[in-house]
Amino acid sequence: MNKTVNQKAWFLVLPVLILVAFSAVIPLMTVVNYSVQDTFGNNQFFWAGLEWFDEMLHSERMWDALGRQLLFSGIILAIEVPLGIFIALNMPKRGFWASFCLVLMSLPLLIPWNVVGTIWQIFGRVDIGLLGYTLDKIGISYNYTQDIFAAWVTVIVMDVWHWTSLVALLAYAGLQSIPDAYYQAAKIDQASRWAVFRYIELPKMAGVLMIAILLRFMDSFMIYTEPFVVTGGGPGNATTFLSIDLVKMAIGQFDLGPAAAFSLMYFLVIMLISWVFYTVMTTMDKRDGV
Amino acid sequence: MNKRLGINGSTFVMGLYLLFLLLPIYWLLNMSLKTNQEILGSFSLWPQDLTFANYVVILTDASWYMGYVNSLIYVVMNTVISLAVALPAAYAFSRYSFMGDKHLFFWLLTNRMAPPAVFALPFFQLYSSVGLFDTHIAVALAHCLFNVPLAVWILEGFMRGVPKEIDETAYIDGYSFPRFFIRIFTPLIASGIGVAAFFCFMFSWVELLLSRTLTAVDAKPIAATMTRTVSASGMDWGVLAAAGILTIVPGALVIYFVRNYIAKGFALGRV
Repeated sequence: MNKTVNQKAWFLVLPVLILVAFSAVIPLMTVVNYSVQDTFGNNQFFWAGLEWFDEMLHSERMWDALGRQLLFSGIILAIEVPLGIFIALNMPKRGFWASFCLVLMSLPLLIPWNVVGTIWQIFGRVDIGLLGYTLDKIGISYNYTQDIFAAWVTVIVMDVWHWTSLVALLAYAGLQSIPDAYYQAAKIDQASRWAVFRYIELPKMAGVLMIAILLRFMDSFMIYTEPFVVTGGGPGNATTFLSIDLVKMAIGQFDLGPAAAFSLMYFLVIMLISWVFYTVMTTMDKRDGV
Repeated sequence: MNKRLGINGSTFVMGLYLLFLLLPIYWLLNMSLKTNQEILGSFSLWPQDLTFANYVVILTDASWYMGYVNSLIYVVMNTVISLAVALPAAYAFSRYSFMGDKHLFFWLLTNRMAPPAVFALPFFQLYSSVGLFDTHIAVALAHCLFNVPLAVWILEGFMRGVPKEIDETAYIDGYSFPRFFIRIFTPLIASGIGVAAFFCFMFSWVELLLSRTLTAVDAKPIAATMTRTVSASGMDWGVLAAAGILTIVPGALVIYFVRNYIAKGFALGRV
């Protein structure tokens, strides 16, 4: 659609600008402010320059949290994306069962995040949870509050449970947009099932899948509530991801300077990924010719 | 499709996946209908001694049910504010090009993607300093951080589907902008508004970190109430499970109406 150039449109955007500026720019500036100052209490602040940034860049704690975060995001993407595509391919195409599957699959997406944590906290307990109890009876030792491996498995399975449907729904939406003619042509060519997937379905889903991957990457990158409820970041620091570490530092220990420097670097990473996301979106819009 | 894959294979895969999704939820429901004694004492796949006592506790104890009321208040406030400011902005983005529009659109996106953990402390200080700490409006405004961009993106996606000729015809017919917007345009994108409202509601409802940081007593949301069920007498598992089930209800009730748009909503109005 050709858009008219109209500078007065700014007036329509103004309310959003003011509101978001109030709830984003002011707090962000506070963070910037803290990141370059030091305090000894009593609201007395001293210029500290880039000291905090320097400290955080050399802090083992932050690099460890970042490492765990990247490992976590990597693992869940490696599981959720193929699984999501696989589920989407197996979903009924239309009719009652399609709606039925859509509704049930969306259910985990709409559960408050702390309840997701609670559900898995209970589900995995050896004494009262179905999963923990069953594993225990089979003879697999499983205790997510003590054992690092079990904690990781729980957090990852929980995320797969929570978010795979998102990937599946997006992939499904992509599949729905493929005209029947493509499949008929493939049939005439006697294409194999794999060839249909590789040369018709996958290219047609590529844009949507890119969105799904970016959304999942970003949301997993700032995951806080679910692991916080289940493991509280433990055992030890084994499941302390970036957000959990940041909240611990900022609100738990009140180390404002380092926490602020940490925040800003964290935010820059997110900005970078957002930019990739935005580019993908706008390219898709252009390709669709809208 | 089904013919090629074999209907049994697909049905089996879907069945297995849905079982995986529903089993943990069923377990929570199962626990919410048991007494604490039964939860800790014996192990059973369904309640032997069906009881609604846990739900009664929540619905009669003010410290519990006020959590739901508080959550509902700020969630509704947030939805109304988000939609009210997002509607004109989305129209501007979908129809006009103006100086800085692309940058502004991108900046909105970065706010949707911003980690709440980064904003928790500054929000706390900002709202404390203006005397809004522990009020519903504070949480509602804080949630605008990610809900306003979300609403703008979703609505823009829907508005682009409405042909521009409709606007032009209406202006030629002598409609003023506000009258055109309310009388003609809003009904055309009604489903988009519904979807945007649903997602604002949902994302505000599921968020814990900001709502917990910004409240203490008067506006404490249900999510924060739930994280504090550990009492001196140990965990009250039955009540915790019942509270969890009750938080799923709002989403489960309306999910049917948005089932065809759910992918679009989660993908910020694209797809």
